[in-house]
Amino acid sequence: MKYLTLMSFFLLFISQSFGQETRDKTIVVGSKTFTESYILAEIIAEVIEDVGEAKVERRFGLGGTGIVFTALETGEIDIYPEYTGTITEVIIKNPTITSVKDIREALANKNLIISESLGFNNTYAIALKRSTAEKLHIKTITDLMKHPGILVGFSHEFLKRNDGFPALEKAYGLNLTNVIGIQHGLAYTAIESGKIELTDIYSTDAKLTKFDLEILKDDHNFFPQYYAVLFARKKLAEEFPKTWHALQKLEGRIRDEKMQELNARAEIDKKTFQEVALEFRGELRKGTQSSFLKKLWEVSLEHLYLVMISLVAAIFIGVPLGIIATRYQLLGQAILLVSGLLQTIPSLALLCFLIPFFGIGTLPSLVALFLYGLLPIVRNTYSGIISLDPHYRETARALGLTHVEELRFVELPLASITLISGIKTSAVINVGTATLAALIGAGGYGKLIITGLALNDIPTILSGAIPAALMALVIHACFEVLDRIIIPKGIRL
Amino acid sequence: MISLHAVSKAYDGKVIVHNLTTSFHKEKIHILLGPSGSGKTTILRLIMGLIEPDTGEIQINDTIVSRQKHRDIASQIGYVIQESGLFPHLSAKENVTLVAKLRGWKKESIQKRLEELLRLVNLDNDSIRRYPQELSGGQRKRVSLMRALMLDPPYLLLDEPLGALDPIIRSELQAELKRIFSVLKKTVILVTHDINEAALFGDTISLFHQGAIIQQGTFEELCIKPTTTFVTQFIDAQKPPQNIRKFL
Repeated sequence: MKYLTLMSFFLLFISQSFGQETRDKTIVVGSKTFTESYILAEIIAEVIEDVGEAKVERRFGLGGTGIVFTALETGEIDIYPEYTGTITEVIIKNPTITSVKDIREALANKNLIISESLGFNNTYAIALKRSTAEKLHIKTITDLMKHPGILVGFSHEFLKRNDGFPALEKAYGLNLTNVIGIQHGLAYTAIESGKIELTDIYSTDAKLTKFDLEILKDDHNFFPQYYAVLFARKKLAEEFPKTWHALQKLEGRIRDEKMQELNARAEIDKKTFQEVALEFRGELRKGTQSSFLKKLWEVSLEHLYLVMISLVAAIFIGVPLGIIATRYQLLGQAILLVSGLLQTIPSLALLCFLIPFFGIGTLPSLVALFLYGLLPIVRNTYSGIISLDPHYRETARALGLTHVEELRFVELPLASITLISGIKTSAVINVGTATLAALIGAGGYGKLIITGLALNDIPTILSGAIPAALMALVIHACFEVLDRIIIPKGIRL
Repeated sequence: MISLHAVSKAYDGKVIVHNLTTSFHKEKIHILLGPSGSGKTTILRLIMGLIEPDTGEIQINDTIVSRQKHRDIASQIGYVIQESGLFPHLSAKENVTLVAKLRGWKKESIQKRLEELLRLVNLDNDSIRRYPQELSGGQRKRVSLMRALMLDPPYLLLDEPLGALDPIIRSELQAELKRIFSVLKKTVILVTHDINEAALFGDTISLFHQGAIIQQGTFEELCIKPTTTFVTQFIDAQKPPQNIRKFL
C-alpha cells in the first residue's frame, strides 16, 4: 500500500513537471554542438526576441544532425542553422540536388522550409600543420597518397557520413592506414601535441590561423558546398510572418571571413555566444548574462533532477523486477538478459532511439537514464536474494510467514547490503551518463561540457566535469549515511 | 498425534526416507536417533510441510500436512532448526516476537509472553536486546527455543538443539531442557545422534538407519533387546573406551 502511494506521488510529480511546458507563442531554437552553430542559433534567437511575436526557448548543443533534425521534424524545435550540403546528403539523401530552390521543393512535403544562404560556405576541408605540410611536401589531397601512414584523426561524423571520409577515400583512391575518430573540439589539441597530423575542419574555422594549419587543396573538387541556411518548420513562417521576415534579413549578410571572425571571437577571445551575437548585430543591448555561480546552480539542479528522478524510477521498477527474477527461473533469466542488453547500447545511440517516441529534452533523457540505471539494481536485488543462506528461507516458512512477509521481513533486509550497493552503482553511473543528456537538450552539467568541447575551452569543460564528479561523490556519501539507516544493525556488526 | 503413513522421500535418486510408517503420541518425548544422513532431519522437514513426500502422507491430528498452509502448521508446531537459524538482522527479541507481531498480537500480550519465556529458558533482559552475533552459543539456543514456543504450539520439533556446544554448557543445557520439557508437557520430537541425550530425554527412541526405523522403544529396550547388530553397534560406539570407563 505504502509502495502504491509512493508510486502515485512519483507519477504525479513527473506528470506535473512535464505538464508545465506550454508551447504557445514560443519559438524553440536549436543548435548543434559546435561554435558556429551556437553563434548562429544565438543570432536567430535574438532576432526573434527583438521582433517580439513569440518567446524564445533555447535548445542549444543538440548532439549531431540526426538528433537536431528529428527534433525539427517532430516539432520539438522550430528552427536551427543548417548547411545545404548536410541537408542534401543526410536529410534528403540526394547529393545531386544543390540549389536552394531544389532543396525547398524536396522539403515541401515535410512541411519544412529553408532561407537563402546566409552568405558563407562552410565546407569540410582537410588540414594539417603548415610545418608538417612543408616537411612532407603535401599541398593537395592527392599528395596524401604518398603518405598512407600519416596520423589521421577525423571527427566521428566525418568518418561516418556518406559524403565524408568513405567517399573521400574512394574519390581520391586513398589508402590511409592510421585513422582514428576524435571529437572535433579536441582535434586541435591533438594536432598541436603531435598525436595526430591530419584532421577534417570546417573552412570557417577560427583556429586555422591560431594553430597555423594549412588546408589541403581539394584538387578533385570532391567536397560539396555547405552554405549556411536557416532551417525551419513551415508553421513558423505561417504563424509568425514578421519574425520570419526579420530572420530572412540575415540572408547573404555573413561572408566566410566574417564567420571565421565570429568563431574566433568565441573560441579565441573567449567571448560568450551571446556577446558575439550582440556584437555582430551591432547592438549595445545589455545582455541578461547570468553569473557563473547562478548558471552552475541551475545546471546542478537540472542534473540532479535527471539523476534523482531516473534513479527513483529505476528503484521502483528494478527492485520488483529483481524479486520477480528470483521467483521464476526462466522469466528471471530473461529479465537479467534484457537489462544487461540495455546496458550495452551506447548512451548516445539509446538517446537517439528514444527521440521518435519521447522527443528531445528531459523526458527521453530520463527514460534513457532509467533504462541504464536498471541493470545494477535488478542484478543486485536478484543476486542479493538468491545468494541468501537457504536456512533463512526455510526458517521463515517454518515460522509460518507468508511469501510477502518472508520477502519484507527476511529476504529484503538480509539482501539490503547488496541491494543498496546496486542502487549506489546505479546513481553514480547515472551522474556520469546524465552529462550526455545535454546532447538532446536536457541540460545539466553536459551543457557546460559540450559547450567547452565546441570552444575547445578546457576551463568550461572542467566547469561541467568537476561538479559532475563532485555530485557523484556527494551522492555516494549520502548513501553511506543512508546505509546506516536502511541496513539493519544486526548485519552490519 | 503426528503420524506418518508409508512415507518415502528421495533426492536426486538417493532414497532418504524409505516407506516409513510411525506415529508420535501426545505429550511424550520422542527421540529420532541415528547417524548423520539417516533421514532424521528430513522427517522433521516433512512434518513441517517444508518439503512434500514422494509417496505416502503425514497427518497432524488427522489433518493431512500437505493440504495445510505454513501459517496453520506453524500455529501447531514450534520448530527449532539446526544451528538455531536466528535471523541476524533482527535482535533476539525481534526474532522471538516476529511471528506474534505478524499475527497481530497486542503489544501487552507479546510482552507478557516474552517475559514468561524469558523465565522459562532462564535468559536475562539484557541478552534479549542483543543481536544473534553478540550472543554466546548457549544463549542463541535459548533464544531459538523461545522463538519456537512464542505461539505456545502443542508440538515442538528440535533438530540437534544442543549441537556445536562445548561439553560443560551442553550438559548444563541438557539439564535445563529436561526441566523445560517437564514443565511444558508438550509433544516433543527431538533429533540427535547422541545416545546419552536420547537416553536422558526420550520416552521413546526411534533408531534410524538409511531412511528406515531399525528399532523403536525405550532406551532399556534398545540396550537389552536389540533387534539387529546395528543397534548394538550404534550403542557400543558411543560408550567410552574400556580402559577409561573406571575413571568416569
